[in-house]
Amino acid sequence: MSNVQDIQKKAADVEVRRSFLASPTVRQYGGIIISLAVLCVVFSVMSPRFLAFNNFMNIMQQVAVIAVAAYGMTYVILLGDIDLSIGSIIAVSGMVAAQAFAMGFGFVPAVALTLAAGALMGALNGALSAKLMLPSFIVTVATMGIYRGMVSLPTNGAPAMIENDTWLAIGGESFLGIPIIIWIMAVLFVVNHIILSKTIFGRQVYLTGGNREAAIYSGIRVDRIKIIVFTISGMMAAISGMLLSSRLSSAQTNAGTGYELDAIAAVVLGGTSLAGGVGTIVGTILGALIIGVINNGMNMLSVPYFYQLIVKGVVILVAVWLDVRSKSARA
Amino acid sequence: MTATAQSATTRAVETAAAGDVVLEIHDIAKSFGPVAALKRMNLTVRRGRVHTLLGENGAGKSTLMKILAGVFTPTAGSIVLNGKAYAPRNPRDARAHGISIVFQELSLSRNLSVAENIFASHEPSRFGFIRDRALNEAAERLIRELGLPVDVRAKVGDLSIAQRQLVEIAKGLSLPADVVILDEPTSSLSDSEAEILFAIIERLKSQGKAVIYISHRMEEIMRLSDDITVMRDGEYVTTTEKSETSIDRLITLMVGRAMNDIYPPREAPRPSADTPPVLATKNLSFAGKFRDVSIDVKPGEVVGLFGLVGSGRSDVMKALFGMLAPQGEILLDGKPVTFRSAAQAIRSGIAFVTENRKEEGLVLLHSVERNINMVGLGQLTGPLGLMRGGAEREAARAEVKRLAIKTASIDTSAGSLSGGNQQKIVLAKWLQIKPRVLILDEPTRGVDVGAKFEIYRIIRELAANGTAILMVSSELPEVLGLSDRVVVMHNKSVAAVLDADGLTPETVMTYAAGIHA
Repeated sequence: MSNVQDIQKKAADVEVRRSFLASPTVRQYGGIIISLAVLCVVFSVMSPRFLAFNNFMNIMQQVAVIAVAAYGMTYVILLGDIDLSIGSIIAVSGMVAAQAFAMGFGFVPAVALTLAAGALMGALNGALSAKLMLPSFIVTVATMGIYRGMVSLPTNGAPAMIENDTWLAIGGESFLGIPIIIWIMAVLFVVNHIILSKTIFGRQVYLTGGNREAAIYSGIRVDRIKIIVFTISGMMAAISGMLLSSRLSSAQTNAGTGYELDAIAAVVLGGTSLAGGVGTIVGTILGALIIGVINNGMNMLSVPYFYQLIVKGVVILVAVWLDVRSKSARA
Repeated sequence: MTATAQSATTRAVETAAAGDVVLEIHDIAKSFGPVAALKRMNLTVRRGRVHTLLGENGAGKSTLMKILAGVFTPTAGSIVLNGKAYAPRNPRDARAHGISIVFQELSLSRNLSVAENIFASHEPSRFGFIRDRALNEAAERLIRELGLPVDVRAKVGDLSIAQRQLVEIAKGLSLPADVVILDEPTSSLSDSEAEILFAIIERLKSQGKAVIYISHRMEEIMRLSDDITVMRDGEYVTTTEKSETSIDRLITLMVGRAMNDIYPPREAPRPSADTPPVLATKNLSFAGKFRDVSIDVKPGEVVGLFGLVGSGRSDVMKALFGMLAPQGEILLDGKPVTFRSAAQAIRSGIAFVTENRKEEGLVLLHSVERNINMVGLGQLTGPLGLMRGGAEREAARAEVKRLAIKTASIDTSAGSLSGGNQQKIVLAKWLQIKPRVLILDEPTRGVDVGAKFEIYRIIRELAANGTAILMVSSELPEVLGLSDRVVVMHNKSVAAVLDADGLTPETVMTYAAGIHA
């Protein structure tokens, strides 16, 4: 028969022989899991407290705030876009909750208002980008500033205390021995994973990010997809803001500053392509874990903050380079 | 570097005469890991002659050309160029040795001008600054010499695909070369633009240059070639002079089997004249693109739409698919409809296989399965609106089997398949929604003979099952071989609607060129 079939049969044989190393999980996440393991070994050697169970829970709690924001960022980057405004949305949502409680609202209405605020800010990002045909980078650089400024409107820049017990329980209490904040991270992991891998909407996000033109010609309403994706990103940022304000027992005007970069780093470390169309939530949570482990490990070693920034930057470069290299070797 | 190459070439041309051997390829092989793409290939190319390489996609033509162009290093064998051993280290090195290649994959930067693209990497410069005026003048000179209808200052992104292909050719000829390789240069050209190219090739011949020509179009191969080498499965089959062979013989050699009639017979009778059309247009117009277009297509009918590039044919198809908002009426089952988006057209049962499968048809990074299920996602959901993975895989496997798509598995990325198989995936994706009207824009462009035949078979089968088919093609034999009726467009409007029975290519061309008495 034809040459093509011949070649493909041989290629398939080779694939079978390499099946263990080539199993989808190892192929997809091998590099990042190794990086994570290496980091853990290094920190355990340097600080005996690193491996303690308590510290593990501590890392997970710190990871939760970034991971939840990074879930939303995954959708955006899958679409080939970027959302730089989520750090500001995190701060706004904390402030919305604080103001709602100050006005005498209960827990449930406060949560609803916070989510609605996040959704609205995200939808605005998406609509501006889709309808005015502006790059999302430009739109969210602008709204990053706008939303950050809005945080200070109610209090003139002062932080606002939050005293609602249920709200504070999110960051302080445990359920079945595991902090509630980790439960939230886990449940949202499952929800977002299912949305992306199992729903029509999720498929359409991948298709649109993979080739926007082809998606349009296949009847996918790409503008609508973009607006929904940014709305999800805004809502995830709002939840991230709830977790953060609960841990801090207050809404700070500078809360979440720079979190957009941590979230983007987590997504990219997780193997999601900045060009769009390829990536997973599983990768994102692994990426968030790397960021969390680095932050925690260096805190334990009392590394000054500015050194931490340098180390984090280098680790991101190396991890992404390893990932790109292993992928091009396979191609 | 440019200057050295230039003088070297000039010298070579001065001392060489037409008919002299310029390039010899001995037992060249190339393997990628365990996969042999090319095994013991031999080729002798002479000056002043057009040497055509013929073979199905996957026969190894492109691999061989990439070796000559310095993109791949051969695993075995040797090449002699102008009497000296030739082993290019990279494409730049190949150019310096006088080998110029025009790839079928467009390699132009859309945001740069025609002139900037033509002289990319060898711009006239002084102290590292590009001399814009010299650049534009040189490009102007070259374009005029070649007789191309292109403005050198225009941005490549604003040009049509055909014009881009012509610019690509100009780029390939912007440096002097002994051997010019043209890899499917006409696949996106209309007949009139192809004529321009053929004239260029004649000139290259008369200048004593050797042309290696790759094409799937038999008519032009028989017209242009001096020598023809057939390849199959990465191996050399034979070389003959054109005068000693025929199209049928070449096809037999190429596919390894006889293919008596490339257009499969009709599977069901033509719909009768009084069958009401599924889709019709009345005086459809779009400023600057087409005007007063009234066409219709019945269930089970194949209507061919023929016109030269720029005649407005592709834009009419876009309007039928909700991608343009035209004036005039579109009638579905006799009732006027307005499509504001592709999504609406698809819901009405219209499918559109676009001209450029890589840009508008496929997500190349994604798997065959994901691409096949791209349009029919809604049919594959279970409870809670979640995708049923098993159903998705089953649907994809069924299409792979039905359309004979050659792929290692349904998880292989679409981008790694050959052009013909990619085109079948685009078809498969639309067949998922069982369209009532299937619009095909250049369905066999850049597709090898074997895959072409299978695409024709699918078109016949769909028509027999009552699908209305509108097919745009710039290959006249294809239009005549498949259509029941032929709509000829000229200068942005319909010139004639002709019954395909007994229709001759000459008649169609006179309408298309606007010279019908």
